[in-house]
Amino acid sequence: MNSFEPQIIAFCCNWCSYAGADLAGVSRYQYPPNARIIRVMCSGRVEPQFILRAFELGADGVLVAGCHIGDCHYISGNEKCQEKVKITSELLELLGIDRRRLRLEWISASEGAKFAETMRSFTEELKQLGPSPFKEVK
Amino acid sequence: MAGLDELIEETGAHDCVECGKCTSVCPVARINPKFAPRLIVLRVLEGVSDSLSKDKDIWSCITCEMCNDMCPYEVNYSGFILGLRTRAIKAGNLPDCSQSGAVHTYQRLMTSGVKQNRLKWVTPEMKIKERGDVFYFTGCAVHLGALFSDKAGELKNTPANYVRILNAAGIEPVVSNDEVCCGHDLLWAGDEDSMLKLMDKNVEVIRKSGAKTVVFSCPECLRTFEIDYQDFLGDFDFELVHMSEFLLDLIDKGKLSFDSNGGKITYHDSCRLGRHLGIYDPPRDLISALGMELIEMQNNKEKAGCCGVNAFANCGEVSQKLQLDRLLEATATGADEMLTFCPKCVIHFNCLLKSPKLPVPHEKVKILVREFGNVLAEHLQKKGDR
Repeated sequence: MNSFEPQIIAFCCNWCSYAGADLAGVSRYQYPPNARIIRVMCSGRVEPQFILRAFELGADGVLVAGCHIGDCHYISGNEKCQEKVKITSELLELLGIDRRRLRLEWISASEGAKFAETMRSFTEELKQLGPSPFKEVK
Repeated sequence: MAGLDELIEETGAHDCVECGKCTSVCPVARINPKFAPRLIVLRVLEGVSDSLSKDKDIWSCITCEMCNDMCPYEVNYSGFILGLRTRAIKAGNLPDCSQSGAVHTYQRLMTSGVKQNRLKWVTPEMKIKERGDVFYFTGCAVHLGALFSDKAGELKNTPANYVRILNAAGIEPVVSNDEVCCGHDLLWAGDEDSMLKLMDKNVEVIRKSGAKTVVFSCPECLRTFEIDYQDFLGDFDFELVHMSEFLLDLIDKGKLSFDSNGGKITYHDSCRLGRHLGIYDPPRDLISALGMELIEMQNNKEKAGCCGVNAFANCGEVSQKLQLDRLLEATATGADEMLTFCPKCVIHFNCLLKSPKLPVPHEKVKILVREFGNVLAEHLQKKGDR
């Protein structure tokens, strides 16, 4: 099981979390290379379908990252995101996917260290959970 | 898959005499004058255009079967559309699905056989069994309630409420964690292959339970079992019953009773339960059994209006207008609530009702659209009270 490298799809908002990922890069913080980052203009753009589709295509975990509540570039996009992630996680549980495979984090543009730490802990957690049950099927 | 010729043969499309009666009743054609059921058939018959890969009208049809009901030559238009759809997606002609297709994706994920956790709603006081005579097919109500929690969150309680009602009548139904979606939405969105996988799983689960009767609350599930599954598998050796018929029987036998303080109700015939399956009276009798007054809408039974969306495909202007028409009709009855068995109808109507884009002031559509079972459960009389 130790050789298992989880595949993570990370949706990062343009204004905070993607910049946070950039900062982690330029600050040379080390973190595991398991995530494929998809930049979205706002975390509120992330629909349940994006997350479901990621799992359908074999992702082991999905991270949704946006601006802290109150800091959204579009005022309340991240609040919408919070609601959508909540219902998606409910749906995932019904389908038999561990809720921990879907994570929501608020990462600001200045939190490069938090981005790297999130990646480390999420990768570690997914390694312990093992491959997604939908992986084999696809 | 059989060719187009066979589809034309099976659905009687050759019998179309282009009288246009289908178009005269088609709710989509009323709003979009370029759309007509007979023209879709004509285009395929004459081969004037490459219907399969280009014709978007096959996705605009809401498959409400008004046309089937009206056609003097009994052409099965909805069956024809269904057959075209399964062929069209192979030719790259895809529907525009609402929610970007989230509903179809979660249903497709169920084909995988991954162990689900779908019975979270079962509480210790509910009596359910793993094997028994009566299987309650819960359908997707809980999933849809989760996905549309802002519009129709109440659907999450639907299966639990039906189990409570059945329990009150002394019935311990089989409810299975291995049940999967019936595949209705996938089938009508053209994905027959996934539907067939789901069908095999469901039939296996029901056979294993030893059930003699399968009860459905969702009209779409019942239609899929009754018509589509049996088309593929031949007649089942178990009985398929709609919840309304099953509950009425229990009321007749004196095992179940409801008590309400009156109230005015109107009933919406969903297309699957009504025109597709011909079940019109049992839900109405149930409302009488509830002790509530049923006020019919102007268009009811065979002529009932539509919730405007089929299989979560192509929701748009036409859908909104159809929804609004129906909601205005329901409001005109003066009833407080509009009941329907179909969870999709509940979602689509509430989607417009709760939308900031509602084209009329909210006071003009003062009606609550609710799933039948959730209302029934509120008026359930416990054994001790009788």
